[in-house]
Amino acid sequence: MAEVRLASIARECRVQILRMLAHAGSGHPGGSLSVIDILTTLYFGRLRYDAKRPDWPERDRVVLSKGHAVPALYAVLAKAGYFPEKQLITLRKLGSPLQGHPDRTALPGIEAATGSLGQGLSISLGLALGLKLAGLKSRVYCVLGDGEIQEGQVWEAAMSGPKLGQPEHALDNLVVILDYNKIQLDNFVKKVLDVEPVSAKWQSFGWPVIEIDGHDIGQISKALDQAEATPGGPTFIVAHTVKGKGVSFMENDPEWHGKAPKPAEAIKAIREVLGITEGAWDDYLKTDSSTLEIVNELSALEKK
Amino acid sequence: MAAKASRAAFGEALLDLGARDERIVTLDADLSKSTMTVHFAKKYPQRAFNLGIAESNMIGIGAGLALTGRIPFACSFACFIVGRFETIRISVAYTNANLKLVGTHSGIAIGEDGYSQMGLEDIACIRSLPNIGIVQPADEIETKQAIAYAVEHQGPLYLRLTRQNLEPVCPPDYHFQYGRWLVLRRGHDVSLIASGGTVFNCVEAAKRLEADGISAEVINAACIKPLDEELLVQSAGKTGHVVTVEDHAVVGGLGGAVAELLADVLPTPIKRLGVHGFGESGDPKGLYAKHGLDPAGIAASVKKFLHR
Repeated sequence: MAEVRLASIARECRVQILRMLAHAGSGHPGGSLSVIDILTTLYFGRLRYDAKRPDWPERDRVVLSKGHAVPALYAVLAKAGYFPEKQLITLRKLGSPLQGHPDRTALPGIEAATGSLGQGLSISLGLALGLKLAGLKSRVYCVLGDGEIQEGQVWEAAMSGPKLGQPEHALDNLVVILDYNKIQLDNFVKKVLDVEPVSAKWQSFGWPVIEIDGHDIGQISKALDQAEATPGGPTFIVAHTVKGKGVSFMENDPEWHGKAPKPAEAIKAIREVLGITEGAWDDYLKTDSSTLEIVNELSALEKK
Repeated sequence: MAAKASRAAFGEALLDLGARDERIVTLDADLSKSTMTVHFAKKYPQRAFNLGIAESNMIGIGAGLALTGRIPFACSFACFIVGRFETIRISVAYTNANLKLVGTHSGIAIGEDGYSQMGLEDIACIRSLPNIGIVQPADEIETKQAIAYAVEHQGPLYLRLTRQNLEPVCPPDYHFQYGRWLVLRRGHDVSLIASGGTVFNCVEAAKRLEADGISAEVINAACIKPLDEELLVQSAGKTGHVVTVEDHAVVGGLGGAVAELLADVLPTPIKRLGVHGFGESGDPKGLYAKHGLDPAGIAASVKKFLHR
């Protein structure tokens, strides 16, 4: 069943996120783990792309506007075949195309430089409009962070999106997904600058809004179907997520917004992501050679 | 040829180019009547997008359009374009989007509207970004050629245009070349390097200086990034004295770029003329006189600089 397959890929991607962040020694686990089910569903259940031809004009586009979650995107791109998975551990290292935030010019598969928050939706509007003007059927998926929508440019774009290109080039090829994990760098979003009522805000700007559980792959898929079937303009999906999803000590803790796990913490996190108890871990590793390899690699890193 | 504002020449050029190239689109932020894209918008309404008073979003949309193969011209006053520096920095420069940013109403020459509408720091800011080139044409012929070039150029460009009319300075057979400057008048005592609205005043200043026995070479530096290093070094080496003249903050503009390059490759005494402090409301002629950018002011500064 498709959902089981996607959940399995998402689990593998979570492992890679934790692995690469431990190697990098810095980066953003919380938001990467909250967005990974969304990205997995897009790349392995939805998008049209050819990893061998990253410039294929008819490909669908993903703009990860919350660029600090790029470890999640790198994990998915590697799994999709854009580059070898072993390259993931070069994240944030000198000379690596896997920059700390996405660099379009460095890595095929990245559609736009992001990470300076608030800019990705405008770029996505331009992509969606450009594809319409070119007569292409490609679709654009923009992923926003909840803290990110505090940026003013987001609301310029929000005001513009439903009207842009109307009527003949209306942007029904654009879906915007809010990774609503409720936490930003300094604290909980509602404590820093509450964005509620978030659905009502976007609706009042003219966007059809769908609210889902952003970790339920069935709900994500269904919402994407619904968006695709909505004519006349772009759709906004509010995906309720958990920051640090899958790792008990990271979940819902603002401390894990921008702190990499130490190798030993990453090993514990990987065990949790895979749903294995501490007692069963050693026996499990005997049955999963690829995870064993990652665990050995991280153990070696711990000793350095 | 009559005097014409470079924004007007831009509007005319777009009309012609738009007929030949379907990829060209214009983006505006409620200033299309001032940036002169209004003519393009009337003729090609399907390819003209007025995004309201929201310049960051306009620039970001332009970047996205460029990434799908369109050739967008995103237009506003120079000050409002560069005011969205962070969007230019990431969505345009770092992304290396093939977007053409057009800043009109550059300099104190806009006059009465006053400082808040004057583009005075745009060159300084945009010059600091990799990937983006900067072109400031000096008259109608050059503007039309520069716009045609911009369509062909692969990569982001910033085009700096004027509200005020510009007297013709380039010869009728002029051929714009990216990264190349034009010697308008040969001389051997001092190199006057100007761009955009101050080029004509430098030609006039050179005539005055000639009457006083000073031979001034006048160079039209239409391309501010990249500079024409070869011509700059050749002229500075010959005259030994460089004066830059621009309607931009005296900090970080053409003068700053020339000073930086000469400091590296051929240290040469240099005097930078430009706008000091904030601009203010007033008639453009009076403002140019106040800041020493009119022919008399330029000539006086040159004489002082040469101790003559």
